[in-house]
Amino acid sequence: MNFKLKVWRQKDGRSPGSFKDYEAKDIPSQASFLEMLDILNEVLSERGEDPIAFDSDCREGICGMCSLVINGVPHGPGKGTTCQVYMRRFKDGDTIWIEPFHAAAFLPVKDLVVDRGAFDRIIEAGGYIDVRTGSAPEANALPVPKHDADLAMEAAACIGCGACVAACPNSSAMLFVAAKVSHLGLLPQGQAERDSRALHMVRKMDELGFGNCRNHYECEAICPAEVSATFISRLNRDYIVASTKAAVSV
Amino acid sequence: MSTTLDSKVPSGTLDKKWDKHRGESKLVAPNNRSKFDIIVVGSGLAGASAAATLGELGYNVKCFCFQDSPRRAHSIAAQGGINAAKNYHNDGDSVFRLFYDTIKGGDFRSREANVHRLAEISLNIIDQCVAQGVPFAREYGGLLANRSFGGVQVSRTFYARGQTGQQLLLGAYQALEQQIAARTVEMYPRTEMLDLVLVNGHAKGIVARNLVTGEITVHAADTVVLATGGYGNVFYLSTNAKGCNVTATWRAHKRGALFANPCFTQIHPTCIPVSGSYQAKLTLMSESLRNDGRVWVPNKKGDSRAPNQIPEKERDYYLERKYPSFGNLVPRDIASRNAKEVCDDGRGVGPGGLGVYLDFSDAIRRHGESTIRERYGNLFEMYLNITDENAYETPMRIYPAVHYTMGGLWVDYNLMSNVPGLHVLGEANFSDHGANRLGASALMQGLADGYFVIPSTIANYLASQLGKKVSPDRPEFKAAEQEVRDRIKRLLSAKGKKTVTTFHRELGLLVWDKCGMTRDAQGLNEALQKIPAMREEFWGNVNVLGDGEEFNQALEHAGRVADFLEFAELMCLDALERNESCGCHFRTEHQTKEGEALRNDNDYCYVSAWEYAGQEARPNLVKEPLAFENVKLTQRSYK
Repeated sequence: MNFKLKVWRQKDGRSPGSFKDYEAKDIPSQASFLEMLDILNEVLSERGEDPIAFDSDCREGICGMCSLVINGVPHGPGKGTTCQVYMRRFKDGDTIWIEPFHAAAFLPVKDLVVDRGAFDRIIEAGGYIDVRTGSAPEANALPVPKHDADLAMEAAACIGCGACVAACPNSSAMLFVAAKVSHLGLLPQGQAERDSRALHMVRKMDELGFGNCRNHYECEAICPAEVSATFISRLNRDYIVASTKAAVSV
Repeated sequence: MSTTLDSKVPSGTLDKKWDKHRGESKLVAPNNRSKFDIIVVGSGLAGASAAATLGELGYNVKCFCFQDSPRRAHSIAAQGGINAAKNYHNDGDSVFRLFYDTIKGGDFRSREANVHRLAEISLNIIDQCVAQGVPFAREYGGLLANRSFGGVQVSRTFYARGQTGQQLLLGAYQALEQQIAARTVEMYPRTEMLDLVLVNGHAKGIVARNLVTGEITVHAADTVVLATGGYGNVFYLSTNAKGCNVTATWRAHKRGALFANPCFTQIHPTCIPVSGSYQAKLTLMSESLRNDGRVWVPNKKGDSRAPNQIPEKERDYYLERKYPSFGNLVPRDIASRNAKEVCDDGRGVGPGGLGVYLDFSDAIRRHGESTIRERYGNLFEMYLNITDENAYETPMRIYPAVHYTMGGLWVDYNLMSNVPGLHVLGEANFSDHGANRLGASALMQGLADGYFVIPSTIANYLASQLGKKVSPDRPEFKAAEQEVRDRIKRLLSAKGKKTVTTFHRELGLLVWDKCGMTRDAQGLNEALQKIPAMREEFWGNVNVLGDGEEFNQALEHAGRVADFLEFAELMCLDALERNESCGCHFRTEHQTKEGEALRNDNDYCYVSAWEYAGQEARPNLVKEPLAFENVKLTQRSYK
C-alpha cells in the first residue's frame, strides 16, 4: 500500500513546527501504523533526512507511551492505542495527517513527542493508598465484593496515555483523574484517604492548566482502555462530598 | 583468575535462612538513613518498588528511567499473574511446594536459598499489593480468586484480568509517586544510564544522558541499584518493549560485574506468529490461555484445510499426547520446543508454516463463551485486532518468541554483585529462575527483590560506608563521562550506509538461528565467528544522523545495539561452554531418547559467571557451584 503523509515536524519545544509531506511506499497491509512510520524512518535515514521522532515502547497497547493524532483523532481509527492501529484500516493512496497530542499541559518535545509529566504530578498529589511496605494485613482479611473489585478494575485499566485530554475540546484531564479516584475510592482499602485524594488530585489538575469538564464525552469515546465517563460522575460526587466536609470542618 | 565468588548464603536450615539473615544483618539507624544517597536505575516492578520502599525508609533516592514516566516500564505488559503460596484453594500448596516447583521448573540451575526466600516472600507481596489497592480478581464471596499456570498442579496464581503486570506496576508506581511527592525520591524520566562509575573498586555513581536535551550528567551516590530488566531484545524480535536493552548491565559488566548464565533465555510458547520483515516486535498471548486452550496441529504434513475442516481424528494434540499429566500446561521451554518440532516436521499452520493452533472450542462448549470472555476477553480482542481473526470462532495461531532472560548480573544473597556497592534486582540479575522461569514468577521476583529483599540487605553494604561519601568531582567521574562522550561521538561520526535497525535485525536473525530454541556447537561457533565481524562493520558503517545534543532516537538505539553486538558474543560463548542441555538451554547434542533436555549434573551443576577481560579478549569463566541439600536432582518429567 502507498500513502501520502502530512507529518508535524518540530525541532524542539522552543521552535515552531509545521506539517511536512512524505510518501510511505510499499507498506504491507498487516503492518501497524507505527511500523509504517518505522519503514518511512528507515527510508529517511538512508536518504540522510532526520527521521520522524515519535514515542512508543511496548507496542502492544498497554504502556500508554504512543501518542499520535491521526487524521484529527487521538490514537487514530478504531478502539485502542496508536500502536494497535493497522494499515489495513486505510485505503491505498489515502492522505493521512499525523500530529502530536495537543494540550496546554502537554509540552512539545520534538516532532510527535510530547511531555505528559503532568499526569505524574497529578498522581503525586494523591493517587495512591498510603501503605508502608511490610505493614499490610493478610490479603484475605478484607473481603471486597466482586462487583466493586470488577468496577475498580475497569477504572484502574487507564493506561495514562493522555488521549482523553487530547480529545477534549477543553483539554480536561477529568477522565484520567476520575479513573484513579474511582479505582481507589471503590475499594475498602482506599476509604481512609478518599476525601483528600479527590480534593488534592482535582486541585493539582486545575493548577497544571488542564481545562474543565463540559460533558462532551469525547474522552470516553476515545479512551483506548474504555474507561467509562460515569467515573467522572463518581469523581464529582466524591469531590463535592469532600469539599463540603472540608468547608464544614474548618 | 582473580575473582572468586561468595554467595553469602546463610547457614542453617533452608526455611530459617532468610529469618536468620535478617536477624544478623546490619542496620542503618533511621537518623542516619538520610545521609545515604541511593541510585536506582529502572522503574519497573523491581526498580519502582525498591525506590519507593527505600525512600519510605528515609534514604535519599534518585530513580532513573528512559521512558517518559516510570509507569511505562515494561513490567506493565505482563498479562497472566503472580504466584504466591497462599494455599487459598486448599489444594496442597505450601511455601516448600512453590520453592520446589520453581527449582524444578528452573531445571536445577538456581540457588536453593534464594528460591526458598522468594517463595516465603510471595505471601507478603500479595498482602502488600492488596493493601495498595491492586484490583485482583475476586470470588463472589469477596475473597481473592486464583488460577493455575504452566508447570504446576496447584492454583496459586493471582491475577487482575489479563493486566496483572499493569496493575502491580501501577501499585508500585503510585507508591513511588507518593515518595516523589514526599521528596525522598527524585525522579529522572527520559534519562538513560550509559556507564557505571567505580571509586576504589566500589560502585559510586553513574553517567546518564538526558534523552530530551542530550545533556550528559554524572550522579554520585553511596550505592547503585540496577533494575534495568532483561536482554531479550538482543534477538531483535521479542515480546520486550522496543526500548528494553542490555546497556546498563553490560556497562556494569565492563566495569567488573560478572555476567551470569547469559545463555539462559526463555522462549515463550504462546505468541502471535511473525508476519513480515518490517515487524518491530512480537506480541505475547498470555500463557494463562493454555488453561483453557488446547494446542494442536494437523496429523498430515502441509495440510492446508481451514482448522474447522479438519476432523478431530486428524488432529494431533501433541502436548496432551506426549505429556498426559500436565498436558497443555507443561513448562514454557517444553511447550516451545514441541511447537518448533512439529513445525520443523512440516505440520505447522498459517503463513510459512510457523504456527500451531491454540483452540478454545472445547472450553467454550464447556463453560460458555461469556466465561471465556470474562477470563481472556482483552486477549481475544488483542488477537483480533492484530490478526483480523476471531478466536471465539477459529483457533488462535501461536508460535514461540523470545520473552524473558533468566541470565543477568551475578548477585549474592544480598542481591549485591561482585562489585561492592552494586546491587542488581529483578530480571537484570540471574538469581532465582535457573535455566527456565515458570509462569507468573517474574512479577513475584521483581516485587520480592524491590519491596522486601533489598530494603533489608542494602544495609549490609551501607553500614560500612558511613562517612565515606564520594564527590562527583572526582577524576573517576570525569573519566567515565569523557568515555561516554567519546563513544557518542564515534557513533555519530561513522556516517556509514546502514541504519541501526538493519544491524539490529541482522544480529537478531543470527542469534535466533544459532542461539535460540535449540543450539549446537557448530552453529554457536559460526555465530562466534560472525558477531565480531558484524561489530566491526557496525562501527565502520553505521548511519546515525543528527547530533548528541538533542532528542535523537537513532542515537539512543545505536548505543543499545552497539552493546547488544558485544553482549551477543558472550551469550553464544556461554551457550557453547555449557555443553549440556538444561531448561531453555537445549543443546541438540544432549537430549534423552524422548527428546527432552539432558542435564549433566556431574560437570555443569554450576552458575557460569563471566568476567570481562578487555575489548576483543576472551572473558574469564568463574564458576559458582550449586549445592542442593533439600531437593533431589531429577530428570524433569511432565508426563
